[in-house]
Amino acid sequence: MTTTLIMNRRRFLSVTAIAGGGLLLGFRVDSSGAAVPLFDPVTSDFVPNAYIRISADNIATIIAKNPEIGQGVKTMLPMLIADELDVDWSSVRIEQGDLDTEKYTAQSAGGSNATPSSWLPMRRVGAAARAMLVMAAARTWGVPVAELTTGSGSVHHRASGRSSTYGELGAAAASVTPPDLESVPLKDPEQFRIIGTSVPNVDGLAIVTGKPIYGIDFTVPGMLHAVYVKCPVFGGTVASANLEAVGRLPGVREAFVLEGGSSLSGLLAGVAIVADTWWAAHTARRSLRVEWNEGATATQSSESFARQAAELSQRSPQRSLRTDGDPATALRSAARTVRAEYHYPFIAHAPLEPQNCTAHFHDGRMEIWAPSQTPARGRQLVAQTLGIPESDITIHLTRIGGGFGRRLANDYMVEAAAIAQRVDAPVKLLWTREDDMQHDFYRPAGWHYFTGGVDANGRLVAWRDHFISFGEGERFAPSAAISPNEFPARFVPNFALDASVMPLGVPTGALRAPGSNGLCFAMQGFIDELAHAADRDPIEFRLDVLSQIHDREGWDADRMRGVLELVAEKSGWSGRDRLPRGTGMGVAFHYSHRGYFAEVVQATVSRTGELTVDRVWVAGDIGSQVINPLNAEHNVQGAVLDGIAEALGQEITIENGRTVQSNFHDFPLLRLTQAPPVVEVHFRTTDNPPTGLGEPALPPAIPALCAAIFQATGTRVRSLPLSKHDLSWS
Amino acid sequence: MNVTFRVNGRAVTVDVPADMPLLWVLRDVLELKGTKYGCGVAQCGACTVHVNGAPTRSCVTPAQAVAGADVGTVEGLSADGTHALQRAWLELDVPQCGYCQAGQLMSAAALLERTAAPTDEDIDRAMNGNLCRCTTYLRIRQAIHRAASLRTAEAQGSGSIPNEVPIPQR
Repeated sequence: MTTTLIMNRRRFLSVTAIAGGGLLLGFRVDSSGAAVPLFDPVTSDFVPNAYIRISADNIATIIAKNPEIGQGVKTMLPMLIADELDVDWSSVRIEQGDLDTEKYTAQSAGGSNATPSSWLPMRRVGAAARAMLVMAAARTWGVPVAELTTGSGSVHHRASGRSSTYGELGAAAASVTPPDLESVPLKDPEQFRIIGTSVPNVDGLAIVTGKPIYGIDFTVPGMLHAVYVKCPVFGGTVASANLEAVGRLPGVREAFVLEGGSSLSGLLAGVAIVADTWWAAHTARRSLRVEWNEGATATQSSESFARQAAELSQRSPQRSLRTDGDPATALRSAARTVRAEYHYPFIAHAPLEPQNCTAHFHDGRMEIWAPSQTPARGRQLVAQTLGIPESDITIHLTRIGGGFGRRLANDYMVEAAAIAQRVDAPVKLLWTREDDMQHDFYRPAGWHYFTGGVDANGRLVAWRDHFISFGEGERFAPSAAISPNEFPARFVPNFALDASVMPLGVPTGALRAPGSNGLCFAMQGFIDELAHAADRDPIEFRLDVLSQIHDREGWDADRMRGVLELVAEKSGWSGRDRLPRGTGMGVAFHYSHRGYFAEVVQATVSRTGELTVDRVWVAGDIGSQVINPLNAEHNVQGAVLDGIAEALGQEITIENGRTVQSNFHDFPLLRLTQAPPVVEVHFRTTDNPPTGLGEPALPPAIPALCAAIFQATGTRVRSLPLSKHDLSWS
Repeated sequence: MNVTFRVNGRAVTVDVPADMPLLWVLRDVLELKGTKYGCGVAQCGACTVHVNGAPTRSCVTPAQAVAGADVGTVEGLSADGTHALQRAWLELDVPQCGYCQAGQLMSAAALLERTAAPTDEDIDRAMNGNLCRCTTYLRIRQAIHRAASLRTAEAQGSGSIPNEVPIPQR
């Protein structure tokens, strides 16, 4: 390894990182700077790039680079590679990649981003390896590339009847110059053999047989167990603690204070208890006595937020985010106007696997096994907080028992690393459910004070929203923002979106379909009220709004009309007038994460107010290709039911700067009997690049359910959760 | 204290604090990680195991309470995924994140032991205490019906197994 090569490495990797292609013919450079031959003479593996390894017996091992949180990405990304490589799925083995920002791009799980960002790059990775194998066969047989075909992991020459497996061609392919990724030919979609087929979860067998695949399951020899106790008031610090007494308890090795910093997303102050078993650490925690400096957040509460929101709504908005036309005049001259106040609460992520992380600090290096959605950001946080160079931090990715955005933050990772730095052994930190519920980055609450107007023809002509949220000055708190283009902006001639914010000491962050999961409830709910005021059918009114485009910047209204029309057809919407009293159908649509979704919910409310969700119909447009239909349907169903769970009963309440709820008895997840028996999922394919599915199906489920309740009962739900409303009717 | 019981048919003796829940004995003493911690207060069902055949929340079951008992965990269904429920779970691709599924499978296994062909109402009663944060309930219900028909077909020695549950195809 020469100095020159090392100096060139970063620049080289920056242009070839996606494939780790060849710097020298027959070699690629790995992330430690070493030149690695593309054919390994010891194992007889052909390793054309960082993602693919083909053995002599023709097994293709494919690296899945992204964190798997249940979205199916560990299956989906290798499908893209395998299809273009042209191997049978049965001969593919999948390995989870560790964090390696030089070898792989964007190793994160968030924003429904894996599909749009990987659709072409991952296919090119497979296609490039295939091209090298085809070229190797052409040279070996002395025939033109154009006469060769591939299939099931072999290259064929029809004219001569010759065939070789990729495994047999590996050594020869290693001396082929890797093709340019940008121009390597890709399959025509009609040639796909894996993409578009239903491929089960690659970890399915490990899951149903109870294999130790999650972060919480990870063990290293000599590992100790830790709990970490933080101030119940967010950002509070430790004044004193009975560390000596706790340190003497059975099984406890050490108890110590970590000072922590001032950032709510960084390391917060707390007491670590390290013990031989987690149960010993957890038991010792009951004897821990801490005097906290609670800080200013102790004065904050959900009640005070609501009071401030009401006060702010009476004043001029702090700022205007968008104004089109003349909303004030249009509202005065509208045939009918409607005013309404919408509110959604804080909610928690509550992934079923509590936060945990294993870390081992030795010889100045930190090794971490983490269920994180953003391991690269986690590594930065650990490096900055603990003063360890990023190059000395290794992060292994484990399967993750639910993300939902909670593990975009890396608080548990920096806590585990900080504890491990003080302990002469590997340490696994595990939070309790209560820790998880009370130290989340919550979906922020929000308030919308709407005024809207329709003209004599029943057309939406004016819309005003004073959005009240959290933040300081012009800065919104994390995930508490609104876009000036948020629907129905662009579709109303006279439109005003204003905002006021209040300060917040409670950590907030992205929850599945961030922003959208609250905004869609408010916007579509109020749209429904305006349709009613206009005495028009809720779908017909929405289609009309979507046809009134005043600004073409942004998402495609035709695609939204397409899914709205599809869901009307599939749900038998035209028959909704014949439903009995107590049963209703509601509709809503939303664009987020590049996906277009329209949903109809049918619900029944008994006279005494008991709500049953009968059925849901979903129509989605995520472009030209549904990559894995088996998982796509499931992901959409999960998102829809997740939305319904949020609507039914989820709320986080803040009192005295701390979270009131503590476990699933007061933060209810959806139960089997609450799920409707059928969630029908229909995709409308359009000639657009494929996009992701983790999130965009969630938002419309909430307002569609509320609109169904309105038809069923006449009660208009303007705040969540539904459990706080009396839905009885007579 | 020493506690002796059987796990998946194998006799074990562990020296643990008397109040240590069975969950942590299984996970951290016996290294059976399939049984999961979700809530610690019998609210979510992720820790469900069988104690003498009955579905039991191991997170609130002290080790001493299972002295002499037969404990069954997800690892005991089958190591290779051949139990009818595991096969149905794989066929219908039930798991998303997968974290709750060991508990779901154990509750479902206890149900099928009692009721060979459970109705939807039977499933409601047996499964309503098992939470799935990913809400895979539609497929859980389908998969229990499917497993029941797989078992019935096996019992009848039938060569072909009726595919009663439509699998999404595209």
